[in-house]
Amino acid sequence: MKVNKRFVMHSLVGAAAALVVSGAAFAQGTPVKIGLLATLEGPFAAGGADGMRGAELALIQRGGMAGGRKVEIIKASSNANPDVAVNATRKLVEQDKVDIMVGPLSGGEGIAVKDYSKTQPGVTFINGGSGAQATTLVNPSPNFFRFNTEGAQWMVGLGKAAIDKGYKRVMVIAEDYAFPYSQVQGFMSEFCRLGGKVPVKAWVPLGGKDYASTIARIPKDVDALLVVLGGADAVNFLNQYEAAGGDKPMMGGSITVSQDVLNYRGKRRDSLVGTIAAGPLADTFDGPEWKAFVADYQKNFPVSKGGYPSPSLFALVYYLNMKAALDALDVVKGDLSGGQAKYREALSKLVLKGPTGEVRLDGNRQAIGTTFVTEVVKDSKGELSTRVLRKVDNVEQLLGIPKDQFKIGSRDEPNCP
Amino acid sequence: MTRSVRNRWLFWLLVGGPIAVFSIWAMVDNLRLYLLTLLNGLTLASLYFIVASGFTLVFGLMRNVNLAHGSLYLLGGYIGFTIAEKTGWWLLAMAGGFLAAAIAGLLIQVLILRHMQGQDMRQTMVTIGLSIVIADVLLWIFTAQVHQMEAPEWLQGPIRDIPIIRAYSAYRLSLLAFGIAIGVFLWWLLNRTKVGTMIRAGVDDRGMLAAAGVNVNLVFAVTFMLGAGLAGIGGVIGAVELSMVPGEDTRLLLASLVVVIVGGMGSVVGAAIGAVILGLAETYGLAYAPTYSVVFTFVILVLVLAFRPRGIMGKAA
Amino acid sequence: MSAAHWRRAMNTGLAATSAAARQLPLPRAVATTAPAATPDPYADSDAPRWLKFLWRHLSARHVFVLAFVLLYPFVATPFFTFQIAGQALALGLIAASLTFLGGYGGMVSLAQMTVAGIAGYMLAILGTSGAAGQAASLGWPWWVAIPFALVIATIAATLIGWLSVRTEGIYTIMITLAIGVAFYYLALQNYSVFNGFQGFQRVYPPVVFGINWRDPVPFYFLALACSLAGYLLVKWVVRAPFGIALQGIRDNPRRMHALGYNVTAHRVAAYALAGLLAGVGGILLIWYNGLITPNSVNTGWLINVLVVAVLGGMRHPIGAFIGAIVFVLLQTFAIDVIDRERFNLVIGVVFLAIVLFSPDGLLGLWAKLRSRFGPQAALTSQPRRQA
Repeated sequence: MKVNKRFVMHSLVGAAAALVVSGAAFAQGTPVKIGLLATLEGPFAAGGADGMRGAELALIQRGGMAGGRKVEIIKASSNANPDVAVNATRKLVEQDKVDIMVGPLSGGEGIAVKDYSKTQPGVTFINGGSGAQATTLVNPSPNFFRFNTEGAQWMVGLGKAAIDKGYKRVMVIAEDYAFPYSQVQGFMSEFCRLGGKVPVKAWVPLGGKDYASTIARIPKDVDALLVVLGGADAVNFLNQYEAAGGDKPMMGGSITVSQDVLNYRGKRRDSLVGTIAAGPLADTFDGPEWKAFVADYQKNFPVSKGGYPSPSLFALVYYLNMKAALDALDVVKGDLSGGQAKYREALSKLVLKGPTGEVRLDGNRQAIGTTFVTEVVKDSKGELSTRVLRKVDNVEQLLGIPKDQFKIGSRDEPNCP
Repeated sequence: MTRSVRNRWLFWLLVGGPIAVFSIWAMVDNLRLYLLTLLNGLTLASLYFIVASGFTLVFGLMRNVNLAHGSLYLLGGYIGFTIAEKTGWWLLAMAGGFLAAAIAGLLIQVLILRHMQGQDMRQTMVTIGLSIVIADVLLWIFTAQVHQMEAPEWLQGPIRDIPIIRAYSAYRLSLLAFGIAIGVFLWWLLNRTKVGTMIRAGVDDRGMLAAAGVNVNLVFAVTFMLGAGLAGIGGVIGAVELSMVPGEDTRLLLASLVVVIVGGMGSVVGAAIGAVILGLAETYGLAYAPTYSVVFTFVILVLVLAFRPRGIMGKAA
Repeated sequence: MSAAHWRRAMNTGLAATSAAARQLPLPRAVATTAPAATPDPYADSDAPRWLKFLWRHLSARHVFVLAFVLLYPFVATPFFTFQIAGQALALGLIAASLTFLGGYGGMVSLAQMTVAGIAGYMLAILGTSGAAGQAASLGWPWWVAIPFALVIATIAATLIGWLSVRTEGIYTIMITLAIGVAFYYLALQNYSVFNGFQGFQRVYPPVVFGINWRDPVPFYFLALACSLAGYLLVKWVVRAPFGIALQGIRDNPRRMHALGYNVTAHRVAAYALAGLLAGVGGILLIWYNGLITPNSVNTGWLINVLVVAVLGGMRHPIGAFIGAIVFVLLQTFAIDVIDRERFNLVIGVVFLAIVLFSPDGLLGLWAKLRSRFGPQAALTSQPRRQA
């Protein structure tokens, strides 16, 4: 053919077009990097491992893709210390250059990561499992989103259940840090309003093992104990209380009746059966989405591979947050340009269809979701799990209290001796 | 009276006075709580004594600050737990925990520490490194899941109908018995057997012991085995009461350190005294002033270091 | 038995009096570094005295390292400047205080991180923070809070020293560890002053001269200036009469006492100086993290400082910084190479390997390699090393 000017022009235009198209396709095809942070060491190591399983499940269900792009997860670990969590987050954000950050797990870590997120406006931060109230109530960050309800929201309904059972005077035994403060606040704001009294609050140090002194201080005239301890602390307390001949009925916080406590290596304590508690899930809830979620979890993470018999609270919350991240990517078709503005708007407006119900965000980017009041039961195999007593929908972070009267839970707030 | 006798009286008055005043107030206020706390403190002291006696033996004889003592406690506890789970025999678990820790101690002594004879600082650093490694390997194998060991059938549940206290955990009371039994055994070992005589002689003067023709290396190995084994037994016992979690090793190590500093290095009687002081201070602090309980421990530590740096029963080096 | 065996046994017997001193190969900053034989090559020059001083003491490698650290933030990413270098400098300063105390003073104290933590806590309590809890910050201006924090930390270090020096050698590790952990539990359980488990959040450096000192490059230079000052201070002190006396006390306290030196006073003063260095490091660390909790001073961190110092080598203060850089690199990138969960195992194994095979740390390894592969020294007799 004749190599004339027109031919050259056409070829150049054609080549340029091909380049643009392939370039765009190439840009479209670059994987989205999501950083995943959980506590794989320290006191919540077992919970952190399950959280990672939950997050991975959200991705496995979509075949590793979201918004038409491949998703790459980069993992990091912390140990419930805020400075370690910030270091790990900073590495993921500044060194590994993730686009979206999912994590952390513990309450104090969440507050520190939220503070860090304000210095990184170009990255979207989504919570992992942290459940302290202050993260979204005090100095909220415009690019920090929390799709799981927090500690106080998880206790809505338990106060009323306690009054219904006839408990008028309750003693609180809880670990001394932000998350239990919010749990106690969630319980007490309802319980005190309905006429209940909390004469004694025993705050024990996290990781303190010897509850003999606390047990000795239990007054004779309380009707029940509210035990907000997690992990090893819960196991120790339960054992020591039973060994000391304690016989008061117990109510549990959300992580006290979590699978990692109900499944501790050792004999099942029958004394746990009948304990009422509240939290974001109930093991034997018979909603179809929940059953599908449990089946998926059991298929991908069988007990032989280290999973629990049923997904724990940590698996659920990480699953919710990761699913939100991926669903919003679908909505914007993978477009994270423009400082992720469209993506963040999609997140704010997202109505997440989770295994326990719908989740939407409020003005502070905090989740409004479902809480279950539960009871511990023993199944035919002798394993312990929780069943639903009552389901409360649309629980808000302010717990129905007017904003000017709302006080964040602390050692002394709320108080109704 | 002479000056030293008067000083003695003054000391007992200054220390005993506030304690007596506090006790009277507490007994009047809530007798049950006071007695419960007393029992809790003594039983905790028994556990501390068992673990700390191994530590002080090793230190007294070999001048080796074995900072891996806590991880040996963990090792004994985990192995004991596994044996109890597989066989259901608690006594077997205790023997297993003892053996596992003792063998680990023997290996440490023979393979590593023997080659650094006389280099105290280097030995201590090695034990620090070993403690980190052992603790992490145990975490790898047993994961962070809580391991709560079962008390044997005949010790489960509370003893009821005790006057004033009403009920107390049978297992916890048995801790007291264990502590006393091990204390008596150690006393017999150190004072009535040949090995014990050699150990005591070595604590006093290592050089002379070697000069007298005793196989010092063998005595060292036996002592280290015994010390480590005691930590292992402590681990099995503690696995029931306090459960096994990573992090227990540092807690028990610190308790041993404080007990030995207060009680005196190299003295088993000192370990008993130190354990009682520490156990009572901790439990009373937790019961009556939870946010300041550690301050009591600290004040005791400071007082002992300021006035008797060698510890209550410590000998001059 | 062989001659070597006998010699070792004899040294073991002598070890009772100065046991701690003989095991770690020790730094020797003896005053006679400049052999009297060679004449001063700059004697006739007209240059000012300070210039001649620099010419005499600086060599190519000093200039090279200085240029590198000054230019580093302009070639490295902000992440590497802030998270790696900034953190390493702050940690290195604390470890350098331990190197000074342990290497030149013969007292290995595990409470250096405690002193750093006390400085950090005092700064948070006296200065401004975002604390949401029982304990409130007093809100003093930074130019009041910082000196106060340093003074309190130094006083604390002096007290710790006074408690620890009345026993010798190996007891120091035990006692300082116990004191350090007692402080951890105090900070954990006390709510009215230390704010318990939460600690203090949002403790940031002040904005001075219009610069936000927490930005990567300014923070790096701040940490660099403090570390350089600390390093030079240590190097100067060990060659001053105080430092020489301290090393003498390390080697043979009885003889020094017989010569009329107040052994206890020297040791406590060494603790105080090390406490000042650790306090500055602690303030840098709290500014780096932006928060302080009891877990910043827990047992793990007390031992980490020791690991850093031993890793680099206790024979020279630069070892602390080298150890800190290696430690921070391992900590940050371990998760990419092996599981981050096994990070402790890696650190423990590396530490064990160093203590077993190269007690001098990385500096000792470097010295061995240099003597193996470097230019062969002439076969002249060398000063006899004791033990």
